[in-house]
Amino acid sequence: MSATSALTPFDLDPAAGTDSQVLVLGIGNLLWADEGFGVRCAETLHRDWRLPAGVAVMDGGTQGMYLLPYIQGARRLLVFDAVDYGLQPGEVKVVRDDEVPRFMGAKKMSLHQTGFQEVLAAAAFTGQLPDTMVLIGVQPEDLADYGGSLRPLIQARIPAAIDAAVAQLAAWGFAPERRPEPLAETLADASLDQSIYEAGRPDETLAWRLGDPRFLNRRDEIAGAAGDVGAANVQGAA
Amino acid sequence: MAAQQTANGFSLDNSGKRVVVDPVCRIEGHLRVEVNVDDKNVIRNAVSTGTMWRGLEVILKGRDPRDAWAFTQRICGVCTGTHALTSVRSVENALGIQIPDNANSIRNIMQMALYVHDHLVHFYHLHALDWVDVVSALKADPKRTSELAQSISDWPMSSPGYFRDLQNRLKKFVESGQLGPFSNGYWGSPAYKLPPEANLMAVAHYLEALDFQKEIVKIHAIYGGKNPHPNWIVGGMPCAININDVGGVGAINMERLNLVSSIIDRTIEFVEKVYVPDLLAIASFYKGWLHGGGLSSQSVLSYGDVPDIANDYSAKSLLLPRGAIINGDLTKVHEVDLVDPAQIQEFVSHSWYKYADESKGLHPFDGVTEPNFVLGKNAKGTKTNIENLDEGGKYSWLKAPRWRGHAMEVGPLARYIIGYVQKNPEFKDPVDMVLKKLDVPLTALFSTLGRTAARGLECQWAAEKMRYFQDRLIANLKAGDSTTANVEKWDPSTWPQASKGVGFTEAPRGALGHWIQIKDGKIDNYQCIVPTTWNGSPRDPAGNIGAFEASLLGTPLAKADQPLEILRTLHSFDPCLACSTHVMSPDGQEMTSVKVR
Repeated sequence: MSATSALTPFDLDPAAGTDSQVLVLGIGNLLWADEGFGVRCAETLHRDWRLPAGVAVMDGGTQGMYLLPYIQGARRLLVFDAVDYGLQPGEVKVVRDDEVPRFMGAKKMSLHQTGFQEVLAAAAFTGQLPDTMVLIGVQPEDLADYGGSLRPLIQARIPAAIDAAVAQLAAWGFAPERRPEPLAETLADASLDQSIYEAGRPDETLAWRLGDPRFLNRRDEIAGAAGDVGAANVQGAA
Repeated sequence: MAAQQTANGFSLDNSGKRVVVDPVCRIEGHLRVEVNVDDKNVIRNAVSTGTMWRGLEVILKGRDPRDAWAFTQRICGVCTGTHALTSVRSVENALGIQIPDNANSIRNIMQMALYVHDHLVHFYHLHALDWVDVVSALKADPKRTSELAQSISDWPMSSPGYFRDLQNRLKKFVESGQLGPFSNGYWGSPAYKLPPEANLMAVAHYLEALDFQKEIVKIHAIYGGKNPHPNWIVGGMPCAININDVGGVGAINMERLNLVSSIIDRTIEFVEKVYVPDLLAIASFYKGWLHGGGLSSQSVLSYGDVPDIANDYSAKSLLLPRGAIINGDLTKVHEVDLVDPAQIQEFVSHSWYKYADESKGLHPFDGVTEPNFVLGKNAKGTKTNIENLDEGGKYSWLKAPRWRGHAMEVGPLARYIIGYVQKNPEFKDPVDMVLKKLDVPLTALFSTLGRTAARGLECQWAAEKMRYFQDRLIANLKAGDSTTANVEKWDPSTWPQASKGVGFTEAPRGALGHWIQIKDGKIDNYQCIVPTTWNGSPRDPAGNIGAFEASLLGTPLAKADQPLEILRTLHSFDPCLACSTHVMSPDGQEMTSVKVR
C-alpha cells in the first residue's frame, strides 16, 4: 500500500494478506490546545517524510474503540500523544512495550471515557496486541484552551518527536526518506490543517477560550500539581 | 429545603446523607452526580451536573459553513459521524440544497452502521459490566455455561471447551497485573444477580463483540472514504461509485458493495443470535429491579431520523419515529417543529450562563452563551474544590433545554415509546415480544432495564435498515444512477446574503440538533443541542428536573459507598459528555471517585 493514501481497515487486516507492518498513530483532540500534539505530529510526518511500503500513518483523533481494528492489525505500533507523566511541560518522553499504559475501568461514566489505554487493553484481551509498541509523548503545557492550538513550547517539540519516530522506524527496518517538497495532500480534512485552523480562529474578545480549571476535575491544575492524579484522588477521597 | 414537590411531579428530599459520584479521571470526567439517600439508602434527591465548558459554537463562528462538519466531527470520539451528518443537513437546510437518492441511502447506511456499532460497544464494553460480575465468571462451570448458551440461541460458539478456554484466558488476564481489565469494578457487590455461568457467557460474548465490531467499521471506511474520520460533503456524499470498475483505486466497485452486503448480513445475524438473546437472558435475572424510569413514563422526545424519501424530513418520511409525548398521556403524540421559537428553548437559571432575563428560555436561533460561574449560597467547599453543589442555585455547565416547557427524555427508549404509541409494528411488535418473554407488564418498559432493552432492539432494527438501504442503493446503481452529490450550490456566490437552517438527527443516544446562521458566506451563529444536554439537564426556573435526576429517584443502593445502581442507570442513557481528550497517564486507573457525606 501507499503510505500517502487514506488508511482503511483492509490495509491492516492480516487476513487480507497485505504487507502492512507498522502503524504510526497520532491521537488527541486538535481542538484543544496541546491535546492536538499527537495528531499534529502524525500530520508532520505524513507531510515531510516518504514512508516505505508497510508503514501507515493515521490521524486517530479521539476515536476510542474505533481504533481497535487498526491496533489489532498492526505488528508494530508507534503512537504520538500528549502524555501526563508529571514532567516539565514540553519534556518529550518515549516509553516502550509494557511501559505503555493500558487498563480498563468498569466505573467510567460514558463510552466517551474510553481512552486509548483501554483500546490497548482490549487488543491485549483479544490476544491481538502488536508485537512492539513505542509511545512518543510530550508533557503538555495547556489543555484548557478550547479552540486553541499548540502552545509555542509544545509546537517546538514536534521536530524532536519526529526525529525520534524516524529513528525508531529506521531501527525497525522501515527508514523514511525526507521529501524534497512537503506533500500537499493533508492527513485530516484540509479545513483542520494547522495553519488554516489557526488563521480561522475567532478573535479573543469574541471567544471564551479557556476551559475551566477552577472547577471540579481541573482543580489539580490550580493546585499547581499538573499531572498529579494522586492529588485529585486524595481530595476526592477525603 | 427538605422535602419538596417538583413541577413535573417528583418528590425531592435532600435532608439525608449526600453521596457524590465524580469521575476523577483528570481530563475526561465531565459528569458529576450528587444524591441524597434516606436512612434506608434510597435515593431521595438527585443532582446532575456537566462539569465542563464546551466551546464549539464559538470555534465555528466566522468559518466556512461547508467545513463545519469537519470541526463538529471532532467534538466527540463516538458520535463522529452523527455530528458530521447533522452539520451538513443544517447547511443544506439553510441553503435549500437537495441531495440525490444515492446520497440519502449511503448516509442512512452510515448512520445505521454507527447505531449498530455504538449500541453493541455500549452494551458489551460499558453497560454489561453494570449487570455482569466478571470475577464471578471465574467460578462458572463451562459445561453448564454451554447448556445455558445453547438454550437461548443456536449461535455456534457454545461448546464446553470454548467456554473453558475462555475462562482460562480470563483467569490469566485477571492475574496479569496491569493488564487486569475491569480492575475497578464493584465485583462481588450484592447488586449483581447473575449466576456464574451467565457471567461467563456474557464475558465470552463481550470478546466476540470486540472482534465483530471491526467488521462494522469497514462500512464507514468504504462509504466514508477513510476512517476513523469519514469524509462528508454538503450536498451529498463524497464517494465515487463505479459498479463496472474492477479492482480500480478510488471508486467504490461491485466487490466493495458486495463486501458491505456481506457485513450487513453478518451483523444482522450477530445481533439476532448474540446481543438480543444475551439481553433477554440478563434481563430475566433483573426483572425485579425496575428502577430508573424517571421521565420516560411521562415526557419523551424524538426528532425522528432515517429519511425514506430523500430530502423529506417530515414524520411521514422518517423511519425512526418523530414526536413528543408529555404528561404521561400515551394517547397523543405531538408534532415537533425545530424552528418554532415556542417549542425548543434553553433555560439557564441553574446553569453557569447569563441571560438578560433568566425566567425565560431562548430558542437556539436566539441562543446566547455567556458564562457566569457562581455557586449557590448553600454550596459547600470553594469554587476550585466543590464538596457539595447547591442545586438551588446555578450548578451545571449544561443548559436546560425544554420542549414547550417540559423536561424530556431522549434516546432509544423515547423512540421506542413513541413508535409503540403510534402503533408502528416495527417498534411495537419487538417490544411486545420482549414483555411477553420476560412476563412483565408494559409499565416495566419505563425503567433502566427498559432503556437497555430498547437499545438492543434498536440495534436489530438498525441492522435491518442497513440491508434495506443497501438493496435500494444497489438497485439504483444497476439502473444507471450513480450520482452521489449535488454541487449546484457549492459556490458561495450562489448563496443568499443571509440564511439560516436547522439540521437534526437521532444520534444513538438521542435527539441532536445543529442550528446555523450564515451571513456573507460565513458562519454567523452555530448552536448545538446534544442528547445529553436534554437528558443530563439541570433544573429550570419552574423547578422541573431533567431525565438523569428523575431516573435516580427512589432507587435503593445496596451499599451507599458502592453506587453501582447509580452508574447502572446513568449508563443506560449512554451519556455523551464533551469527550475529547486522551492524555496518557501511567496511573490513571481510578476513573470515578465516590464520596459519602
